[in-house]
Amino acid sequence: MPDNNSSTSKSEQNTTPSQNVESPKDESRRKLLTTTAYTAAGVGAVCALLPFVDSMNPSDDVQALASIEVDISNIAEGQEKKVMWRGKPVFIKHRTKQEIEEAKSVPLIELKDPEEDAKRVKPGKEQWLVTVGICTHLGCVPIGGQGEYKGWFCPCHGSVYDTSARIRKGPAPKNLAVPPYEFLSDTKIKIG
Amino acid sequence: MSNHIENDLEQSLTEKSKIAKWINDRLPIISSIENTLLRHPYPKNLSYLWSFGSIAGIALVIQILTGLFLAMHYVPNADMAFDSVEHIMRDVRYGWLIRYMHAVGASMFFVAVYIHIARGLFYGSYKSPRELLWWFGILIFLLMMATAFMGYVLPWGQMSFWGATVITNLFSAIPIVGEHIVAWLWGGYSVDNPTLNRFFVIHFVLPFVIVAMVMLHLASLHTSGSNNPTGVEIKSKKDIIPFHPYFTIKDMVGFVAYFIIFGYFLFFYPNSLGHPDNYIPANPLVTPAHIVPEWYFLPFYAILRAIPDKLGGVLMMFGSIAILFALPYLDKSKVKSGAYRPLFKKFYWLFLVNFLFLGWLGQSPAEGWYVIAARISTFYYFTYFLIILPQLPKFEKTLPLPKSIDDHYQSLKRKK
Repeated sequence: MPDNNSSTSKSEQNTTPSQNVESPKDESRRKLLTTTAYTAAGVGAVCALLPFVDSMNPSDDVQALASIEVDISNIAEGQEKKVMWRGKPVFIKHRTKQEIEEAKSVPLIELKDPEEDAKRVKPGKEQWLVTVGICTHLGCVPIGGQGEYKGWFCPCHGSVYDTSARIRKGPAPKNLAVPPYEFLSDTKIKIG
Repeated sequence: MSNHIENDLEQSLTEKSKIAKWINDRLPIISSIENTLLRHPYPKNLSYLWSFGSIAGIALVIQILTGLFLAMHYVPNADMAFDSVEHIMRDVRYGWLIRYMHAVGASMFFVAVYIHIARGLFYGSYKSPRELLWWFGILIFLLMMATAFMGYVLPWGQMSFWGATVITNLFSAIPIVGEHIVAWLWGGYSVDNPTLNRFFVIHFVLPFVIVAMVMLHLASLHTSGSNNPTGVEIKSKKDIIPFHPYFTIKDMVGFVAYFIIFGYFLFFYPNSLGHPDNYIPANPLVTPAHIVPEWYFLPFYAILRAIPDKLGGVLMMFGSIAILFALPYLDKSKVKSGAYRPLFKKFYWLFLVNFLFLGWLGQSPAEGWYVIAARISTFYYFTYFLIILPQLPKFEKTLPLPKSIDDHYQSLKRKK
């Protein structure tokens, strides 16, 4: 009996006359309206925030400097030129015949990050190797013409690159990156 | 009056979500937000004029958000400031949108705040027990004016430079130490790089001071409760409804109207409230032929120019705002709401028209009849506060007040 009593009083409380008595249909309509309103407001808020996020991307003037043209006529065979591209050094190396041969003759199986030399240069322009001069280990700038393979040697943690700028020894995981570039003429390249 | 009322339309988040309940049992942040914001009792007869407080709040949020992103690209240096603003307009992605939102947003913020103040003036919202609430409001208004002024200097155009020169020179009117104060404000012997650099820093930090003031404004509002069109205080539970969902919905309607007007100016006439001379880089050797401050300063600028004395003009200008602090004690009427004061109403509307007229005079040349008109208008501005409001109750026969907010509400319902 006491159990029954308490349950009736509970059910009475749930439908106190002071509260708005509504049919379930009314409540579902309200739910639809509020959900629609919240969704529309949410979509609007996200759309309004997108321009703010986008404003932090590289601006037009930065993008305008995203590609550079370099005159390579004055780089003698065996020499290397460093240029700045997107705030980073780019190595333009005029390779000797011997260096090209060394790079081509390495079996891919010996490489940590296997890639053929032919894929790292433009066809018919094998003497020109263009790479981003940032060690793939932790971002230092390697020194040219040094190391066991006479390619590049990174003084920070001892990564050694060959004459195709591929990683051969040391902690770096990958070859030096080849940036997008094209030959505008025999003596001019456009990086970026 | 209790601090919050139960909301019969919407459950607490802690009842709907177990995670919310878990957090709330350990840190009652959800229930305190719900109680102080959503369930706070408001008079049920508030009109749309009461939406301008929330609108001003969202305007402040927009200014801080857009300002934050502009500050990522702006350079506070006299040689680079102007170019960096052009860089924002031309190179930064959506920079034009964010900058125009900030510039138009400043004007929209002042529109909302002026209407908010005018509403308070009409319905006697400054009277006991809301004196502190009113004073925090005036402090926010003053901080807004300081922030807006320094923000206008940052693009380092001709109007920026000469506006900064003229306004900072107001302090040279102070006897004896005036010149030293001005040199201290400038960090030099003219408005120059040190001035620009510190203005940027102060312009950046003041909005956060405003946020703190808004918190105090709101805390004070939640203690005394909102005024309402009748000026009759809340007497029983019949007079009140919770903020959510009733006024969240009503304020949303206000927001939509506000954003439509905002968007109209933002996308079609973003420069209509600025001055073209500010697209000329600052030049300390040439003053523009006609210097005008931003529109929201014009009435006070007109008061400054109306007085034919340097110190007198500056004192009257600052006095015209300082006098607002004394308002709770100047208005002697026992009836709060202007709606029940037939004589007050006439003087009030004249005051508003006079204030707008002062604004118009502020952008007119300071010569001929304009000067005379500005003096008459200035005279009325002070007369309203110093003579009319204190003396009016002696002559005025006020209309009978409704017994309660609920009575007023029921009579409105019957009219419909």
